[in-house]
Amino acid sequence: MRKISAKTAVSVGLVCCHVCNLVVSGCGEHVVAHCPRCDARLHRRKPASIPRTWALLLASYILYIPANLLPIMDTGSLITYRSDTIMSGVIHLWVTGSQGIAAIVFIASIMVPMFKLLALTYLLISVQRRSIRGLKQRTRLYRLVEFVGRWSMLDIYVVTLLAAIVQMGSLAIVKAGPAAIPFGAVVILTMIAAQTFDPRLIWDSLQHKRG
Amino acid sequence: MSVLIACHECDLLQQEVELKPGGVARCRRCRALLYRDTPHSVDRSLAFTISAAMFFAIATIYPIYSIDMKGSKNAINLYGAVGSLWDQGMPVISAVVAATAIVVPIAQLLMLLYLLFPLRLGIIAPGVPMILRVLQAIKPWGMIEVLMLGILVSLVKLTGNFTVVPGIALWSFACLTFMLAALESTFNPHVVWAHIARHHARVAE
Repeated sequence: MRKISAKTAVSVGLVCCHVCNLVVSGCGEHVVAHCPRCDARLHRRKPASIPRTWALLLASYILYIPANLLPIMDTGSLITYRSDTIMSGVIHLWVTGSQGIAAIVFIASIMVPMFKLLALTYLLISVQRRSIRGLKQRTRLYRLVEFVGRWSMLDIYVVTLLAAIVQMGSLAIVKAGPAAIPFGAVVILTMIAAQTFDPRLIWDSLQHKRG
Repeated sequence: MSVLIACHECDLLQQEVELKPGGVARCRRCRALLYRDTPHSVDRSLAFTISAAMFFAIATIYPIYSIDMKGSKNAINLYGAVGSLWDQGMPVISAVVAATAIVVPIAQLLMLLYLLFPLRLGIIAPGVPMILRVLQAIKPWGMIEVLMLGILVSLVKLTGNFTVVPGIALWSFACLTFMLAALESTFNPHVVWAHIARHHARVAE
């Protein structure tokens, strides 16, 4: 990339279409404009990025509690009955000899959602405080949040497949527990929160500091 | 005249440069991916779309695996799994699985076919800008690779208590995952926009 100057699009009154990359001039802060090439809605920054992301994030924090405390899967047979939360399911996998799978489920279902919640909280607070420290690192953190988000859906698929196959006959049964819905909601809401957060706000603090 | 581009992650304004085949343009400030060069993008992504569509059909219709429960065999395919969850009184979860593992991938493949096939013949199909917009919007919600991992995890869980027989769909899902990854790395909206821009220029003349 050849250097023109360290100018952002917004500082010279331009806006770059988020769908087709066309750079368009003159888009007001509150004026609704559409891209002349692809007709996508143009905006300098994602609309109401901070309040929307906070709202989705707070809802996720609340749902995170039932998602982890309630059972996500009930397993029963003639002689045994288990009701597993996400964590007890991981422990059960570990002690029954599937350490590798236990690690995968632990990362996807426990570490990834918690990481997403904490990372987005940190990004929001640092943007609101107009911090100019670690701009590159924070952009990289955002990219990671976007990348790992989808993998938390793993447990939902596992429960679906197990509940579907182990149910005929009365010898054994697997059912999705009450945590499945709040857990799925946490995954989806944090994915939307990652989308409503605008990483350009991280770099806007730089412009603000310069005045 | 050089073309301007602004980074989607830090808004830095930069000039587009020619890339060498297979090259990648990154933002000089935050290293975000700006655009990339994918040789023979239309040919390759069309080929991967067609093969992905065929694997998708096999992967969803045929049984993923079957288990042996005291002599009675029990097999499921993806549609059956979604339907079974619905019948068990979990319509929300069932709908989420249907959307992310069936509806979004089908929509993506159909839209890509509609877009790429005419483009291969040098025609811009009507509504292409809208399709590119929708493709970008639904991209995060197609989760076949996560489903693939889910199938493997459920397989390991089942082998503890049952005799599990892998089905055709298990292998098809594995192939589908690879096809979609190949599609992801060969399909390039930047190339399609360049086609559209050239087409507009020709019409204007």
